[in-house]
Amino acid sequence: MAAEAQVRSSGDRTEDHTGDRTGTRALEAGLDALETAAPRAPGARATARSLLPPVVVLLGLLAVWQVAVSLELKPRYILPAPTEVAGTVAELVTTGRVWDILWTSVSRGVLGFVVAVLVGTVLGIVLSRSRLLRAGFGPLISGLQSLPSVAWVPAAIIWFGLTDDAIYAVILLGAVPSVINGLLSGLDQVPPLFDKVGRVLGLSAPDRVRHVLLPAALPGYLAGLKQGWAFSWRSLMAAELIAASPQLGIGLGQYLDQARQLHQMDGVFVGILLILLVGVAVDLLVFSPLERRVLHQRGLTGTKG
Amino acid sequence: MSTSSATAAVAAGTGTGSTGSTGTSTGTSTTTSTTTSTGPRAPGSRPADDAALRLTGVTHAFTPGAAPVLDGVDLTVRPGEFVCLLGASGCGKSTLLQLVAGLETPTAGRVEVPAGRPSLMFQDSALLPWLTASANVELALRARKVPRAERRTRAAELLERVNLGGQGAKRVHELSGGMRQRVALARALAQDSPVLLMDEPFAALDAITRDVLHEELTRVWAEQRLAVVFVTHNVREAVRLGQRVLLMSSRPGRIIREWAVDLPQPRRIESPGVAQLAVEITEHLRGEISRHGR
Repeated sequence: MAAEAQVRSSGDRTEDHTGDRTGTRALEAGLDALETAAPRAPGARATARSLLPPVVVLLGLLAVWQVAVSLELKPRYILPAPTEVAGTVAELVTTGRVWDILWTSVSRGVLGFVVAVLVGTVLGIVLSRSRLLRAGFGPLISGLQSLPSVAWVPAAIIWFGLTDDAIYAVILLGAVPSVINGLLSGLDQVPPLFDKVGRVLGLSAPDRVRHVLLPAALPGYLAGLKQGWAFSWRSLMAAELIAASPQLGIGLGQYLDQARQLHQMDGVFVGILLILLVGVAVDLLVFSPLERRVLHQRGLTGTKG
Repeated sequence: MSTSSATAAVAAGTGTGSTGSTGTSTGTSTTTSTTTSTGPRAPGSRPADDAALRLTGVTHAFTPGAAPVLDGVDLTVRPGEFVCLLGASGCGKSTLLQLVAGLETPTAGRVEVPAGRPSLMFQDSALLPWLTASANVELALRARKVPRAERRTRAAELLERVNLGGQGAKRVHELSGGMRQRVALARALAQDSPVLLMDEPFAALDAITRDVLHEELTRVWAEQRLAVVFVTHNVREAVRLGQRVLLMSSRPGRIIREWAVDLPQPRRIESPGVAQLAVEITEHLRGEISRHGR
């Protein structure tokens, strides 16, 4: 009885619902308009406002430095004047030597980092797949992350001699744990709901990894890469400072060490500045825009970014 | 002790409670007189070919040996039928959907979905936040091996169907809660399954947005002739939407009662007929919940 009644009612339900459709649509459109915030465009003023404070701080530091030099608080060979350092930089640039030095270090750093990313990513995926492996290696990898990579330099020199291999070994040992941990924490933060969605949609296992799991893990992974780069760069400098040999060429670390040996304080300052500059530049030009894009896409940042 | 054996009897279809409830619902008004409490149905009472999905003696425990979440559930949903599953927290209604969706395998019993993989909507829209609205829908099309060239236009059509035409380029965080659920509905429709499972999809929405989505859903259901299993703990919502409302017991989850809702469409959540039947069903739900406090 009841079943027949249901069949009848389901038979004419289509007509029942077309009538009030325009009403629903109007209401819906109104709700949509009210509940969607108007996009706010970050203006040029916002950029200027975020740029101004660090510039002021930088100029302030320069001023303090200059004042300290003018007061002759320390002899010149200990505290060179900003102008002297600037002169050394200018000389390095005009002779073109600066590009050789930068290239030697940056190319090493980038190559080492790229290999570290590949190795770390593969190891990270393997560890994420096996609970046993992760339980075993997890604490070791976290521990390695806090080991200063300079501690690897003596071992690397004994194993590989004063060669590029030794330097790359130090970079890898320094950066790989960061990349692994970044990927693992990125994967850990993927809500289980997303994988369910992939399965409900009927995506194959490889498609779920490619279209759901990896993109979902991207923010954590990127943070790991960023840290991995910082560790690569630091490890490289540690290695270059200690491992000086003619066949290694002159990188930033070797330049810095040479200046120390010759007691050229302006050179030491230039070395430090250039190392800092490269680190900041890579972060500013590569990682920050990438990170901002990824987070912005997901609505994870305010309009400040 | 005596209480639990009585419930078991009702669940097995031999209880006498159903006649009593019919008595309370008839005679109060003309609308409710057509509302019949049919009580639990015997398993396998429907012809085999007329089912969009069928559960036979489904029992499920999350850990082997633990108390089952679902215990001997029989349920048949016909093609194009809108069934609402009602129950307190912990009655296993969500688990039941997960079993039908194939996300879990039942400990015992059979789950059959002849048309293959059903689509499923969650309480959270579960849209992928790094994709645009359109790309979320396209992912479902991709899973169905729809050629790349077609995906974009098909997704646009589906978004148009849930009144989101031209909004495809928006990212998830730029959409309101109601819009997200409509994108999720479009994505579910993109799966082109005749069975749509919904797990409290409107629970987190405000009242008016929910009203609108109810209208949207009933329209889509009517147009597409979908079989819908809609899980909720909101009695009025169940009566507003469903052709059949099933009440589940908690710990273990069983289907203990069933109402055929024969109110005319279009209904509204505030329609008198909806309210009236909701009162009756709520009484039973309250009774079922109170049982656990004793």
